[in-house]
Order: sequence, then C-alpha cells, then structure tokens
Amino acid sequence: MSPSDGRNAEGRGELNRPGQTTSPSDGRSAAVSRPILSVEELTMRFGGLVAVDDVSFTAETNDITAIIGPNGAGKTTLFNCITGFYRPSAGAITLHGPLGEAALHRLAGHRIARAGVARTFQNIRLFQGMTVLENLLVAQHNRLMAATGLGIGAVLGLSRYPAAEREAIERARHWLDATALLERADDPAGALPYGAQRRLEIARAMCTEPALLCLDEPAAGLNPRESDELSMLLRQIRDGGCSILLIEHDMSVVMGISDRIVVLDHGRKIADAVPSAIRADARVIAAYLGEGDEGE
Amino acid sequence: MRFRLALRDAAVTGLVAAGLFLPMVALRTDVAPNGALFLRTRWSDAAILITLAALARFVLVLWLGRRIPVASTASPWWEEPLRRAGKLLTPLLLGVAVMLPFIPGTGRYELDLGVLVLTYVMLGWGLNIVVGLAGLLDLGYVAFYAVGAYSYALLAHAFGLSFWICLPLAGILAGFWGVLLGFPVLRLRGDYLAIVTLAFGEIIRVVLVNWVSLTNGPNGMSGIPRPSFFGLPFNMSGEPDTFAGFFGLEPSPLHRVIFLYYLILGLALLTNWVSIRLRRQPLGRAWEALREDEIACRALGINITTTKLTAFALGAMFGGFAGAFFATRQGFISPESFTFIESAIILAIVVLGGMGSQIGIALAALIMIGGFEVFRGLEEWRMLVFGAAMVVIMVLRPRGLVSSRTPTVALGKRKAISGSLVGEGHG
Repeated sequence: MSPSDGRNAEGRGELNRPGQTTSPSDGRSAAVSRPILSVEELTMRFGGLVAVDDVSFTAETNDITAIIGPNGAGKTTLFNCITGFYRPSAGAITLHGPLGEAALHRLAGHRIARAGVARTFQNIRLFQGMTVLENLLVAQHNRLMAATGLGIGAVLGLSRYPAAEREAIERARHWLDATALLERADDPAGALPYGAQRRLEIARAMCTEPALLCLDEPAAGLNPRESDELSMLLRQIRDGGCSILLIEHDMSVVMGISDRIVVLDHGRKIADAVPSAIRADARVIAAYLGEGDEGE
Repeated sequence: MRFRLALRDAAVTGLVAAGLFLPMVALRTDVAPNGALFLRTRWSDAAILITLAALARFVLVLWLGRRIPVASTASPWWEEPLRRAGKLLTPLLLGVAVMLPFIPGTGRYELDLGVLVLTYVMLGWGLNIVVGLAGLLDLGYVAFYAVGAYSYALLAHAFGLSFWICLPLAGILAGFWGVLLGFPVLRLRGDYLAIVTLAFGEIIRVVLVNWVSLTNGPNGMSGIPRPSFFGLPFNMSGEPDTFAGFFGLEPSPLHRVIFLYYLILGLALLTNWVSIRLRRQPLGRAWEALREDEIACRALGINITTTKLTAFALGAMFGGFAGAFFATRQGFISPESFTFIESAIILAIVVLGGMGSQIGIALAALIMIGGFEVFRGLEEWRMLVFGAAMVVIMVLRPRGLVSSRTPTVALGKRKAISGSLVGEGHG
C-alpha cells in the first residue's frame, strides 16, 4: 500500500547475499544483537474477539525465535499479521531487512515476501500437481521474471533467461540437497510422504532467499527422528544467515534450538526470555507447559 | 439368476424409455397444408425406440452383469501407448494438417471443415491459457471472439485498413477487454467467477445487438473485406494484380479457401507455440501454481493480480485473433454468431481434451466439431448420439482425454504427473 516501502523491496533478489547484512537505516552498529523484526503493540480483532492483544517483541538477527502457547493463544494469527495475510487492527510490524526497514503492516501480501519474509503453513500448501523442482522454481518467480524481460523476450528466446534458469535450478538443487530431496526432484509434490512434504515447504520458502523465515508448526506430525533432522536443518539455515521465527508445540524441538522464546496466552504475551528462563517461569508452566513437565 | 436380473432391468429401462419417448417422439404437432396445427402420432417409432432401449439393457446386463462403469483419473491402458504414439501422433497430425489441401480427394467441403475445426482448435488453445493453465473458469470466452470480429469489421469499414493491420489490432483490443473483465473478477472464485464471466459474454452480445448506429444491430455487418495475399486479392478475373494472375495460375475459387486454411493453421500454431513456450517460463509456471494454490503463491511473493490479468489478456488476445479471422472468412458477422452456446462448445473442447493438454484439446476439437459433421447423416438423432458420446466420455474420463500433466522442467527424466494430483483451480 505504501509506495515508498514497495520500492525499497523491489529487486532485493539481486542484492540479498548472506554475507551482506549491513542495514543503512539501522542506527546501531552491527553489534551482537540487532533486531530483524520488531512487533510493537500489535492488536488483531475479529469482530468482538481479540485474537492478539497488544503484543510487542523483537526477533534478533541470526536467532531462532520461538512463539509458543496453548491452542487458540493467537500464534497463527500473529504469523498471519507478520506475513500479510491479515491486516492488523493496530500496532506496527517492522522488518529490518538487508534493504532497509519495511513496515510489514502496510505492505501488500506479495510485497512482504519480496521484502524478505518467507513462510510455511500449518496445513502444508504445496503445488501438489507440480514436481518438486517446479515448486522450487515457482518460489524464484520474481528473480526469474526479471530475467525474462516481461515474458516477451523469453518467448522469443532473446533474453538472459536460460542463464537465469540454470542459476535457479542450481539454487533449487542446493536446497534439495540440504533437505535430502534430491532424488525426488522430478516427482510430483503431492506424491511425497508427509515428512518430505514438510521439508519441501521449507526448501521452497528458502528458495525465495528470505531474511526471515516464518515456520508454522514445522514438526507437526513428524516422528522423533524426523524432528531431530528438522532441528538440524533449522540450525543449518540459521547458520547460513537467515533468521527464523518458529511456532511449535513440540517442546523438544523448541527447547533444543531456540535462542529466545515468546509465550502467548489468550492473545497476550506472558513471557519473553531464553529457554532456560521459560522452563522456570511459573506463569508459563501454569498456562502451557503444565506441572511436572520440567524434565522434558 | 442373472437372466431374471436382466429381465427386470430391461423392464425398468423400458419404462424409463417410455416416459421419455412417448411425449418426445410419439406425439408431435405439425402444420397442416391449410396452416392449422394438428397432432401427428408416431406410435411405431416410439415403440421401436423403447424396445431397442430395453433390449440393449437386457443384453448388457446379461453380458456384463450389473457393473457400474468406474470413473478414473488414473492413466488408462491406452494412455501409455498413446503417449509413446503421441511422439508420432503430433507430427502426424501436423503433417496431415499441413498437407490437407494437397491430399487427393480434398474438396471444398473438406477444406471448409478443416478451417472450422482449426478455428475451434485455436479457440480451445486460447481458452486453455485461462481455464487449463491458470484455472480460472471463463464461461464468456466468446465475448473476446466477438470483440475481435467486430474490431476487424469496424476498423476495415471506417478506416479501410487491411486485414494484416487489423489482425494485431483486433488481438490487442480483445486483450484490452480481457484485462477489463479481469479487474472486477480478480477477487471472485469458482461459481461466482463463472457467473460473472457468463454475464460479461452476454453483455458484449447485448451491446452488439442494441448499438445499432455502430454495429448495425441484429442485422449484422456485411461486406467485410476478404483477406488478400499480401496485397494481391483473390478473384476470378485473372488480371495481373490478382493472386492467380500474379503467379500465372488458373483462377479458381479454391485459392482463397486454401489461403484461409493456411492462415488459420498458422494462427493456431502461433497460439500453440506461445502457450508451449510460456508454460516453460516463470509466467506459465506461476499460472499453474495459481491453479494449484493461490495462497501459497502470495506467500512466495507472486503478484496474483498481474498474473491473473496476463492470463485473461493473453487468452482474450488469441480469441480476438480468431474473431478477426472469422470475420474475414465469413464476410458477414452478426451477434447471432456469438451466443453462449459458442462459449460452451469451446469450454467443452478444453474440458474434454484434458485441461492444460495441447494435443488433447486438438483431438477434442477434431472430435467435437468434426464428429458433429460426421454425424450429419443421422439428421435429428445427431444431437442425441453426440450428447450420449459426451456423457460416456465424461463418465469414464472425468479429467478429459489426456488427464496427466507433463512437467515443465526436470533434473533427470520427465515423468508424467497423474491427473488425480493436479489441481483443477478454484476459480
């Protein structure tokens, strides 16, 4: 909606390299903690129902920030506000991306993705009838589209499109390798087993080269071994320079990999601390973790 | 046991057939020579039909038992051989299409039929971009066909522009109307989208009927200039500045028909080429992704608005080309030619062919338009036979003749994707 923000976001695909994370508009020096995302006084109402109530928190660059809470706490609503599927009733969401600040609460849905936020869905949303590789190429649509010269040049075969596509396939191959899907590359996404579909969704989101990856219950329905592999993958993604925002119910995953945990209950933030502090927090235990689950 | 079952089924079938055929066939009002209406009865015809229906059911049940035909989107036994033959079939069909005017025994009738079939092949391929690839159900496609036809007729009348200048203009104007339709329907899905596109098709037709000062209303526009061969007109005079005279040929009315045939073949192949190319481009992939899951597209940063509009515009543009061709072939157009049934036929071709499949649509157009002509000998039963054939095909192959999807890119070998996985689009 805001044209200036939109322009900031344009063409970031060319500029976003993992090493290059200096942000011109960020006043602070690139010290240990630098926020990637700040949510300020965010409220989301559906009619009379307040799903998210005055929530503020920041996610640091190169951190895995987890959002936990009981069912109906407003976690997915918060996610939908950050990724542009809902427009918040009040409050501000700012992405401190590699291309400067973007006010996510004012951007159109597809511009948020271009600004550097990628997401996965609680109920997997793949392009089922397309192959795994095609899924990953669709994710690189904007970069490829820029190389086709409005599509006309590529139809006539007059552009730098073939080179761009080779590069896109290489990027796809890299993420297929990282998610152990390389040998399934030419199979339709809908034919993959459940765990592989979850991994493919993460690979697809990473192919947009995001600054912030938002994962909505990535471990749901995975067995313990797959959960461990997922934790490794997420650490690998974070170490590659991408910050992660994570909704998860599987406490072994959350406690194992999170750098910081935000706890929601009935739409309000009740805690925001490092995992060890969350484990000991009496309100969190009462609301969510439950008595006697300490040893988990 | 089975005999008794068959007997009972035959009796039921006979009753149903009697219910249908007694009012529809046995009783008929006719006009007597003196102009009065009278009721003609054809009891024997109805009795024959009812007996045939019952007998057919009897034999069927006796032979196969009461087996219900199973709908399947899985690859049928003939699809794999067909795919292998498909590598042969495509060049074969193309070869026949290119050589048709020179195959011995091809007369005026065959060429005219060829032109008609190719027009629908082109329309089917054009609509396939919107319905098959982008998954947007468009029931008003004939509107763009009409815009193209009237664009050519009006431009040629008002400014005396030649066919070759009007053709791209007609395409651009139709594409422009495609975008105009696209804007209001961007937020609509499924049934709602279908209704609005249907209404759009009717609006265009009603405007054409009522704007008498511009379009001559229901009387239509006649005297539309016929196409020339790069400035050389086709006529029988044999002068040096006509086609026949320039090339030193015996003047023949067939020249123009052959020229029209190659013109529509070229236009159809252009549509095909652009569709195939675009499908392997980011834009085409985005269309297919949109058909599969719109929300996921948005999360990946794809601008849904422009992606949908390009699909509407491109589909409409090819409809406009076909319309301009229709106008120049007929020399006369009226709103009568652009009724809803045309949209329905084109959509039926796309659905019957298998949404998204180029060769499937070509085959479906051949079956639907060509088959319709073949059944002409059946006179009034033509619609019945034709309708029955459609029902049988759609019962057995609900996803069309070619239901599988070919991937646009592969690391290794391209494997066809079963139709049961491929989305149909939600609007």
